[in-house]
Amino acid sequence: MMNKSEKTALLQSAGATKEIEGRSLWRDARIRLFRNKAAVGSMIILGIITLLAIIAPLLSPYAYDQIDWGYIQEGPNWENGHIFGTDGNGRDLFVRVLYGARVSLAVGLLATAVSLIIGVTYGAIAGYFGGKIDSIMMRFVDVLYSLPFMFFVIMLMVVFGRNIFLIFVALGAVEWLTMARIVRGQTLSLRRREFIEAAHATGVSNFKIIFRHVIPNVLGPVIVYMTLTIPQVILTESFLSFLGLGVQEPLTSWGVLISEGAKVIEASTWMLIYPAVFLALTLFCFNFIGDGLRDALDPKDR
Amino acid sequence: MLSYAIRRLLIAIPTLFIVITVAFFMMRIAPGGPFDQERALPPEIEKNIKAAYDLDKPLIEQYGIYIGKLLQGDFGPSIKIRDFSVAELIMAGAPASMQLGLSAIALALVFGIGFGTYAALRQNSAVDFAVMGIAMIGIAIPNFVMAPLLSLVFGLYLAILPTAGWGDGEIQYKILPIIALALPQIAYIARLTRGSMVEVLHSNYIRTARAKGLREKLVVNRHAIKGALLPVISYLGPATAAVMTGSVVIESIFGVPGIGTYFIKAALNRDYPLVMGVVIIYAVMIIMLNFLVDMVYGLLDPKLKSP
Repeated sequence: MMNKSEKTALLQSAGATKEIEGRSLWRDARIRLFRNKAAVGSMIILGIITLLAIIAPLLSPYAYDQIDWGYIQEGPNWENGHIFGTDGNGRDLFVRVLYGARVSLAVGLLATAVSLIIGVTYGAIAGYFGGKIDSIMMRFVDVLYSLPFMFFVIMLMVVFGRNIFLIFVALGAVEWLTMARIVRGQTLSLRRREFIEAAHATGVSNFKIIFRHVIPNVLGPVIVYMTLTIPQVILTESFLSFLGLGVQEPLTSWGVLISEGAKVIEASTWMLIYPAVFLALTLFCFNFIGDGLRDALDPKDR
Repeated sequence: MLSYAIRRLLIAIPTLFIVITVAFFMMRIAPGGPFDQERALPPEIEKNIKAAYDLDKPLIEQYGIYIGKLLQGDFGPSIKIRDFSVAELIMAGAPASMQLGLSAIALALVFGIGFGTYAALRQNSAVDFAVMGIAMIGIAIPNFVMAPLLSLVFGLYLAILPTAGWGDGEIQYKILPIIALALPQIAYIARLTRGSMVEVLHSNYIRTARAKGLREKLVVNRHAIKGALLPVISYLGPATAAVMTGSVVIESIFGVPGIGTYFIKAALNRDYPLVMGVVIIYAVMIIMLNFLVDMVYGLLDPKLKSP
């Protein structure tokens, strides 16, 4: 027989050992994501590319706009430090590819952020209020969906001149539509849930409910779609740059480099290959991470 | 179904109107005009030229004139390519662009659905991973990278196809542009098909079909494909838009005399009527295709039939 204090002590110690650390949805997802080798590999590669882009000036004795008159359009050569060769103006391709990475990654992230802000807010408002407001807002999205948007972006770039800031806004403004649809669908199903009704009953304002209760609960699909939007934006920026509508000399982006390389592909294949490999690798990694995130966050496959 | 069709058609009209309006004002508000050049024209001559194209009138009035003419099917004259009307230029360029675009989409559907189904039926096998890996590469390599590479390999190293040009529209000039346009779409459709096919193959009605003893071939061809193709069909709209924008680059890389090439040149030259004409044609095609897709979807998806 144990006395009472012994019992309590035992119970307490049992409680202490039995206390299992709670695994939140997010932690579960993180574990699943890190088990996905393709996604982890992609994150490492992207990390390396990003790091290289950040410390680019330290990696080469040449500046991105510095002309090396001795080596004009020469192939890769480790001895003179032009490890990716030089372009038609004698500028070091390695440094230029990394500077291109800066522009491409920055455009990808910022334009996606723009699309995220517009899309999530728009979708959450439409889904939360429902009814007439919803159908008008979503009809508007339907109409925008069937516009030949790339043509407008091209016109925008032609018309207002080449300007990095404009690229962010234009691409962000194009890419928010799908995000709005996803968030709206999720919000519609959240709207009738008890915790939203409880918030409503205790007098929380609509605005606060949307930003404090609805949006945090739709983050899963939003993050997945965001990861898939980034490569799309990078691709679109390269497309515009390829057409000569992107960033301006002497700054550069992967699209500009690819376009320069494509012109001299017969004589200087390296000028196309290096930027193309970096672009493809980045798109590849973002897509893998997006897929990994979807598998990790999608409750269906559990 | 009919009322749904009519409702969808009715949305198409304001959509087209918005396209025209936005494109019109965007072009005009921008700085610069079609007659800007190094040496300024004498003011009287510039005035006369502008009057000839109605560019001297207030913007709203120009818009009214343009819409009025458009309703009669008149796209106006090209400002930069003299003696040609926009309609003539589009008619000249459209066949090449249409051939490339339609062939690319057909190719993408056949191979995309084929590879996707093939991979889905062997889920998690080495073949599956190989096909999906290649498809991922296809998505990650943009067509403006693929095009010069194709041209280098097949045109220069192997020398079996012309690197660029159109000739008199012989088939060998079309192969590379069509492949370059189709590859990313093949990859995307293959992934889409595989995903939905895997999901469908695990569903109850497929289990029923198998349980009643149907041969696997019939299960797949008669029951699974139909359900698995729904996402592919709804992707056709965006796919067309992607192929059309892609053809702008592909046409200029391969020197194809299509409307995509005109668009870039016209936009850079501020050739207002030509830009408007091309945008309108593209918009009409995309809107029509979206409409068709919605109709087909309505016919295939039992959930949408008569609610």
